[in-house]
Amino acid sequence: MEAWFALLVSIFFTVAVYLLLSKSIIRVLLGVAILGNAVNLLIFTGGRLTRGVPPVVPGHQDALTGPAANALPQALILTAIVISFSFFAFLLVLAWRAYEVLQTDNTDEMRVAEPKDEPAPPLGY
Amino acid sequence: MAASTSPHADLSAALVLEPAASADWLVILPVAWCLAIGALLVMLRRKIDWHPYIAVLGLAGLVLIDILLLRHVLASGPVTMVMGRWLPPFGIAFTVDLTGALFALTASVVALAGGIYSLADINDSGRRYGFYPFLMLLMAGVSGAFLTGDIFNLYVWFEVLLISSFGLIVLGSEREQIDGAVKYGFLNLVATTLFLITTGYLYASFGTLNMADIARKAEGLAGTAPLMTLTALFVLAFGMKAAAFPVNFWLPASYHTPRVVVSALFAGLLTKVGIYALIRVTVMLLPLQREELSFVIALAGALTMLVGAFGALAQSDFRRMLGYLVVSGIGSILAGIAVGGPGGIGGAIFYALHSMLVMTALYFASGVAAKLGGSFSLSSLAGLYRRHAGFAALTLMLAFAVSGLPPFSGFWPKVMLVKAALDIGAWWLAAALLFTGFLTTVVTGRFFLLAYWRDAAAGEGTTVSATISPAALLPLTVLVILALAIGLYPEPLLSTIQSAAASLAEPSAYLNSVFPGGAP
Repeated sequence: MEAWFALLVSIFFTVAVYLLLSKSIIRVLLGVAILGNAVNLLIFTGGRLTRGVPPVVPGHQDALTGPAANALPQALILTAIVISFSFFAFLLVLAWRAYEVLQTDNTDEMRVAEPKDEPAPPLGY
Repeated sequence: MAASTSPHADLSAALVLEPAASADWLVILPVAWCLAIGALLVMLRRKIDWHPYIAVLGLAGLVLIDILLLRHVLASGPVTMVMGRWLPPFGIAFTVDLTGALFALTASVVALAGGIYSLADINDSGRRYGFYPFLMLLMAGVSGAFLTGDIFNLYVWFEVLLISSFGLIVLGSEREQIDGAVKYGFLNLVATTLFLITTGYLYASFGTLNMADIARKAEGLAGTAPLMTLTALFVLAFGMKAAAFPVNFWLPASYHTPRVVVSALFAGLLTKVGIYALIRVTVMLLPLQREELSFVIALAGALTMLVGAFGALAQSDFRRMLGYLVVSGIGSILAGIAVGGPGGIGGAIFYALHSMLVMTALYFASGVAAKLGGSFSLSSLAGLYRRHAGFAALTLMLAFAVSGLPPFSGFWPKVMLVKAALDIGAWWLAAALLFTGFLTTVVTGRFFLLAYWRDAAAGEGTTVSATISPAALLPLTVLVILALAIGLYPEPLLSTIQSAAASLAEPSAYLNSVFPGGAP
């Protein structure tokens, strides 16, 4: 099962990178959303996949008897989901503001902070 | 062992039972203090007149806490505190060694200077928007990143400081700022996501997130775990945070757009957090892999230096020029990390601390120059020397410091780095360091010539204000005095840095502090 998940994660990463390389901010945003999910799936897979085996130590024992999924990566993902969600929300608003203010969502035309033909510094005085 | 079923289980196997010594609370205090002050400021959002004073007092308190923390670490070695009393590696550990304490102290000094400068730079609308709560939360993130001993926790602090920096960079919402913030936001998010990916792989191969535990296990896992992949990914992620070539382009695209004090704080704090994380991970956790990657890091360092210096040479805007100088400084630090050894790592740490103070001060100087001359552009700034000779002297000292000329703070780390590079036979790296120093001298010399010595009549600059606000001059002066003091009397700082670098390369004291009883 891990192998299939690894394949799925790699597809997620491929799509995310493809979208991130786009010039249009809205596609980049979609790329960011998929990238966040790709990472979450990656960590999830890294913590072992078992079905229907709760990692609970029975009362009369000191350790787990069989293999079970590690619960810690799932806790890490929970943190990562919250963070990536809030970042996505911020970037969504920022992209909208950028579209409103700069009248474009093409990154090639976003040259306000770095104007295209700025004069060279003075050569003498 | 039936202990787990009895009500009197042996808690000492899993928990820290004796209460922490009161001095140990200093480990967590910087973060808790910043979060508390930040929360207080949010609660007082209707009393914006109080904000600056509370924040400046809070930051002064932070400097005091960090001084006490550094003294404590100097006296008794690395200090560890675990959250929720769980013994490491299960509990999240905060472990402070000399490197972390030095970085945290310098960061708090920079933040205090920024807090004072903001009195002259942040107006009522900035206060209402929440500049000061963001500043305190930023400092919580920065302090947490310097003090934590857990790699996932480091990621969380990165995110805390990143989200606060988003709030700061768009403060004002001008066209330029939105443009810069888009590039800053997306590329930094990708960098921290790369860091998270690497952390996921790291946990999957090590089964632990505690830095001391990782450092202990790294050698044993060298044959089976993909440690080179991990190290390469860490170098890329932290290199992107630190703005190393070829992933540096977000920095000069965004650092000149926000308020001057925000640029100054970013230049002093954010890239250096990336550098600190890189030093921590490559030098302490994965030293063998760092040696194998050292050529790549050295090449990236040399190119970063040169790209930064040439970029600065091509700018006609004061603040954009400074953005490239920040990048150039990152290159010198990378060179030190690549060379390794006490000289290289010590030089890298020293250069990072010097760069935090001096780059912040230079951004302050750009703000003051723009207030006096009415512009950031080198073609219209002129006659600043005639207008305020004292300020011109301060800027000149900073120009010397950033170029690495004696007797200022930039000189000693540069000497250490060049010597360390020559010692291992990397003459090209030493040449790149010296050539960058020369180019930086040209950059700062030209800009001093144009903006300060040129007669005002030749330029079109108009005087906006004839005097400098004391709130702007005070932090600038203090930072310049610090740079001069470090340059004139480097011995105490130098010896502290040397022992910090030594304990990074040989982290037995760090490990002992996390696992006092040896292996659990």
